[in-house]
Amino acid sequence: MKARAFSYFRADTIDQALDAHARAGDDARFIAGGQSLVPALSLRLQAPRLLIDITHIAELRGVCREGDTLRIGALTRHCEMLTEPLIAAFAPLLRAAAPFVAHPAIRNRGTFGGSVALADPASEFPAMTLALDAEIEIAGPSGSRRLKADDFFIDLFETALQPGELITAVHVPLFRSNQRFAFDELARRRGDYALVGCGMLATQTGDRIDDIRISFFSVGNTPTRVKGAETALTGFSLDAARIAAAQAALDNDLAPPESDEVPPMMRLHLARVLLGRLLGRLGEGA
Amino acid sequence: MSAPLTSLDRPNSYIGRSVPRPNAKRLLAGRGRYVSDLRLPRMLHAAFLRSPHAHAKIVSINTEQARVLEGVHLVATGADLAKICTPWTGTLDHFKGMTSAPQLPLPLDRVVWAGQAVVAVVAESRSIAEDALELIEIDYEDLPVVVDIDSAREVGTPLVNPGSASNVCFRSQLDSGGVDDVFATAAHVVEEEFSFGRHTAVTLEPRAIVADYDPGAEMLTVHHGTQTPYQFQDLYSRHYGIPEARVRVIATDIGGSFGMKLHVYHEDMAVVGLSILIGRPVKYVADRIESFVSDIHARDHRVRARIALDAKGEILAMDVHDLTAIGAFSTYPRTSVVEGNQVIRLIGAPYCFRNYRALLEVIFQNKVQTSQYRAVGHPVACAVTERLVDMAAAKVGLDPFAIRAQNVIADDAYPQTSPTGYRFEALSHQECLKRLHAMMDYDALRAEQSDLRKRGVYRGIGIATFVEITNPSPAFYGVGGARISSQDGAIVGLTPSGEVRCLISVTEQGQGTEAIISQIVADQLGLAQEHVKVITGDTEVTPHGGATWACRGAGIGGETALQATRVLKRNILEIAALILQEQPAALDIIDGEVVDAATRQQRLPISEIARIAYFRSDTLPPDTQAQLTVSHHFAPQGYPFAFTNGIQGCSLEVDVDTGFVKLLKHFVVEDCGRIINPMLVDEQLRGGVVQGLGAALFEECRYSDTGQLINGSLADYLVPMAMEMPDIVIAHVETPTADTALGAKGCGEAGTAAASACVLNAVNDALAQFGATINSIPITPAKILKALKRF
Repeated sequence: MKARAFSYFRADTIDQALDAHARAGDDARFIAGGQSLVPALSLRLQAPRLLIDITHIAELRGVCREGDTLRIGALTRHCEMLTEPLIAAFAPLLRAAAPFVAHPAIRNRGTFGGSVALADPASEFPAMTLALDAEIEIAGPSGSRRLKADDFFIDLFETALQPGELITAVHVPLFRSNQRFAFDELARRRGDYALVGCGMLATQTGDRIDDIRISFFSVGNTPTRVKGAETALTGFSLDAARIAAAQAALDNDLAPPESDEVPPMMRLHLARVLLGRLLGRLGEGA
Repeated sequence: MSAPLTSLDRPNSYIGRSVPRPNAKRLLAGRGRYVSDLRLPRMLHAAFLRSPHAHAKIVSINTEQARVLEGVHLVATGADLAKICTPWTGTLDHFKGMTSAPQLPLPLDRVVWAGQAVVAVVAESRSIAEDALELIEIDYEDLPVVVDIDSAREVGTPLVNPGSASNVCFRSQLDSGGVDDVFATAAHVVEEEFSFGRHTAVTLEPRAIVADYDPGAEMLTVHHGTQTPYQFQDLYSRHYGIPEARVRVIATDIGGSFGMKLHVYHEDMAVVGLSILIGRPVKYVADRIESFVSDIHARDHRVRARIALDAKGEILAMDVHDLTAIGAFSTYPRTSVVEGNQVIRLIGAPYCFRNYRALLEVIFQNKVQTSQYRAVGHPVACAVTERLVDMAAAKVGLDPFAIRAQNVIADDAYPQTSPTGYRFEALSHQECLKRLHAMMDYDALRAEQSDLRKRGVYRGIGIATFVEITNPSPAFYGVGGARISSQDGAIVGLTPSGEVRCLISVTEQGQGTEAIISQIVADQLGLAQEHVKVITGDTEVTPHGGATWACRGAGIGGETALQATRVLKRNILEIAALILQEQPAALDIIDGEVVDAATRQQRLPISEIARIAYFRSDTLPPDTQAQLTVSHHFAPQGYPFAFTNGIQGCSLEVDVDTGFVKLLKHFVVEDCGRIINPMLVDEQLRGGVVQGLGAALFEECRYSDTGQLINGSLADYLVPMAMEMPDIVIAHVETPTADTALGAKGCGEAGTAAASACVLNAVNDALAQFGATINSIPITPAKILKALKRF
C-alpha cells in the first residue's frame, strides 16, 4: 500500500513546529524517526494532511546533566542509547534496554521521544520511564510543562499529550551507587516485540531494598508498574521467599488481555518467570 | 607429497567444483532487474479492492466515484474481465474424482475468502489507484463461513461451493492389503494425531507482474516474476485467446519463489486482462499484506497415523489418515491435492515394510488456496513417520539410531518399490545414518544431555530420515492433462569469438541454475567457465521446457545442457578435423583450444574454428556446413522420479519455564547424486533447513473463527531470522542416478523435508521425562507450556 498524499513542513524550532500544527487545524502529525508513523501512513491507518518534520530542531537534541537529573533530548536516537557515555553512567537501565529495541536499522532512526510519545505498550523505553521515575518535558500551544511518567500513560496508545503538544525531553534521576537495576524480556525472536518484558531499579541499604520500581511491558494496554510486587519487596532483603511473594503479587498487579497466541494465564506465568529471574539477578548484584 | 589427483584436476573440470555464481556480483551490486523495478513508457498501476468477508454474496458494486477520480484510467469488475478471459478449473485427470469450481480473474457474485480481490483500479500511480479503492462501495450479504476442518466435513454443514454435494475436493486411498491383520497381532502399536499449521512462502520480492498488450501488433508481453514462464505463456494464450507465438513471458531476476510463483493468481490474470482492455502496460506488485492473503499457503494437514512393530522393533505396517484443507478452490494448473497425495505416498518411505494403508481427504474451506510450496508434502510425511518411529523406539526400548538402522531399506537392496508404489533406483540410508552418527558425535551429545539434566537444563536430540522426490517425469503433471513440461531444451552456440552462449529453459531464482549450467557447458566443451554465457527466462528466446519446479534444474536441465554441449563439441571437432586434416576422434578441446587427444598438444583455438566457419567458409571443403549452434531437448526416461535421501539431526534446548526452544546445532547428511557445485548444494540445503526450522517453530498463518487472517504482517507472522538459527553442518553421500550421463538428482527440498521432523523429535526428547508430548507444528511456547501444564 502507498500513503495518501500529504503536505510536508520542516520545522527548525519548537515554536515553528507548534505553530504549523495549530495552523493545520491539528490535522497534522509530528514526524521524527518515523519508525512507527511511516508504516501507519503506508497502511493508511493514519492520513494526516500535514507532516511536520522535527528532526532538525536543535533544542530537541542532546543528552546532558541538569542538577540531579539527566536530560535526554526527545530526538535522541535508540542507537545513541547504546553509545552515549552519559546514558551508560547515569541511566544504565536505558542502556540495558536499548539492545532489545527492534533491530539496528530501526534503532538508527527511531527516537526516544517518539517511542515515549507513541506509548506502545509492548515497547521497552516507555516502560523504563516508569521504572526510572522519569519526568516527561512537554511543549505545547499553552507553554511547557513537566509530567511524571506515572501520570503520562493513560490507555492503549493514549497519553497525557494534548493535540499539538510535543515531547521535548525526558528527565531521569541520576543513577546512584546504592542502586541496582535489571532488565530482560522474553521475545520469540531477537528484536521482536516481547511476549513479556520487565525492567527494574532498586535503591538499597546494604542488601535491604529501600525502594524498588518494577515496570512491565507487553502485559496490557499501557506500560505497567507492579506496585503489589514492589510493596512485597520493599524493606526486605532478596531471598527465595521474597521473590515468591513478589511473583504471587503479580496476580493482582497484572491483568493481561485476551490474545490469540498468548492466553492471559500464559502471559501471567511468563511475567512471574521473568520477574523471578530478574530479581535473582538483582540479588546477585546485577 | 602432494595429494592424489582427482577428476577435478582435469582442465576445465567444473562438475563437482565450488565456483561462485556468475550473477552474484551483479545482484550484490544492486544491478538486478526485478519486475518490481520495471518502468515501461506509458505504464499504469493496478490496485485491488479486497473482500473483508470470508464468504459473502456480492449484492452490488458502485464504482462511479472511483471512475471519475483524476488519474484513474480504468475500473474493472469480475463481469468486465469475464468478457475477455475464459474460466479455469484446478483439477487434473489423474486425480480421479476431484472437483473444483471454475475460477475467473475477479468474482462475479460471491467472494469465498477474506482478502479475495473483487474490483481492480488502474491509475497513474499505485497511490491514486488506492485512493480510488476507498471510493468504491460494495454491498455484501454475509454467507455462512466454513473455516474449521471438522465442521467442514459434517453433514448439513454450509457449503463453500453451493450446488456441490459436500466440501470434499478429493479422496484417495492406498491399500496394500493385510493392514488390519498386522495391527491385530503386532507386538507393538503406537498411534498419534498430528497437526501441521498453514504457512506461506514469504519471498523477499513479492509477486510482481507487468502486462503489456500491444493492440497494434496484437502481441502480449508479460514481465512476470515467475519460475515457469512457458506455463504462463500457454495459459495467457489460451485464456485470453491470443496465439501462443504472440505471447511472450519474460522472467528475469526473481526475489525468491519457493514454489509459490508458479501458480495462477487471480490478480495476475486480471492484470493481463486490464492491459488488454486499456492497451497500455499495467503493473501490479503485491504488497506484504496482500501477499499474506493471496499467495498460496501450504500444509494445513491433520494426520492420524499408527505404526505396528514386532517384538524386536521391526516395522510391520502403517495406517494413515490425512485430512487437509485447501481453501475455496483447488489451485490452477497444478491443483491443491498434490501435497496430500505426496504425504500419503511418502510416509514410511525410508523403511522396509509391506503393509500400508492410507486415506487422503482434501477439503474446501473459506480461506486462501493452499498449493505447492517448497518440499511439497515431504515435511508432513517425514514428521509423521519419524515421530512415530521415535515413539515406537521408546516403546520397544531402542535408541533412535538403532531402530532406524534396523528398519531402513539396506543400501545393497535396490532397486526397491515402496508399499505406496514409488520405485527407488538406489538410496543410501545406511551410509547416511552412519555418517550422521559420527558427525553429531552422538554418544557424546547424549552424555552431555544426561549431565545437563542433573542441572535442570533440558536438551533434546532429534533425528529424521527422509526421501525426496526429484527429476519428475510426465507422470507428475503431464499425464493429468496439464500443459506443464517435464522436458527441457537448450540452444548452445559458439560465438564468432569462440565463446559459448547457452539459452536454456530452466530458470534462475537465486538458487544458481545459471551457475551450474555454465559449469556443465564449460566442463563438457573444454572451456573456461567465464567464456560461457547462460540465458534463461524469456519465452521469445529460450526453448520451451519445464523451467523450475519440484527439483529438476540440475537433474533435467543439467542433463539437457550436457547433451547439447556434447553435440556442439562433436560439431566443432568435425570442423577442426577438416581444417587440421585429422580424424575428429583424435582431437579434443581443452581450455578453448583444440588439442591432440593423445598428447594434449595444442593445435588450434576454437575461436579460429569459429572465425573460419563464420567468415571464411569458402576455405572449407565443398558441401561443408558448419553447425556451431545446436538445439537439443532432453526428456527424463527410465524411473518416473529420481528419489534422493538423507538424514538430519538436531540438538536443542527447551526452557521448561518459558516454553522457548533454543536451536543449538543442526546436521544434514544428504545424497543428491552427482554434485555439480558443492557450495551451491550446501547453501541450498541450509536455506531449506532454515525454512523447515521456520515451519517447526515460528511460521503459521493464523485465522479467526470468521476466517480472517489475523497475523498478516511480518511483525506478527514470524519468519526464521539469523539470530535464532543454529550452525548447520552438512555432509554428502553421492549415489548418482544411472538414468542420465550427468547423474545429478535434486537437492532443493531436502533441507526443508526433515528439519521440522528433527525439531519435533528433539523437543519431545527434551520433554520426555516430564511425560509431556508435542504433536503439533509449529511448536510454540504456548504449546510447550500447555504440554508441561505450566499454565
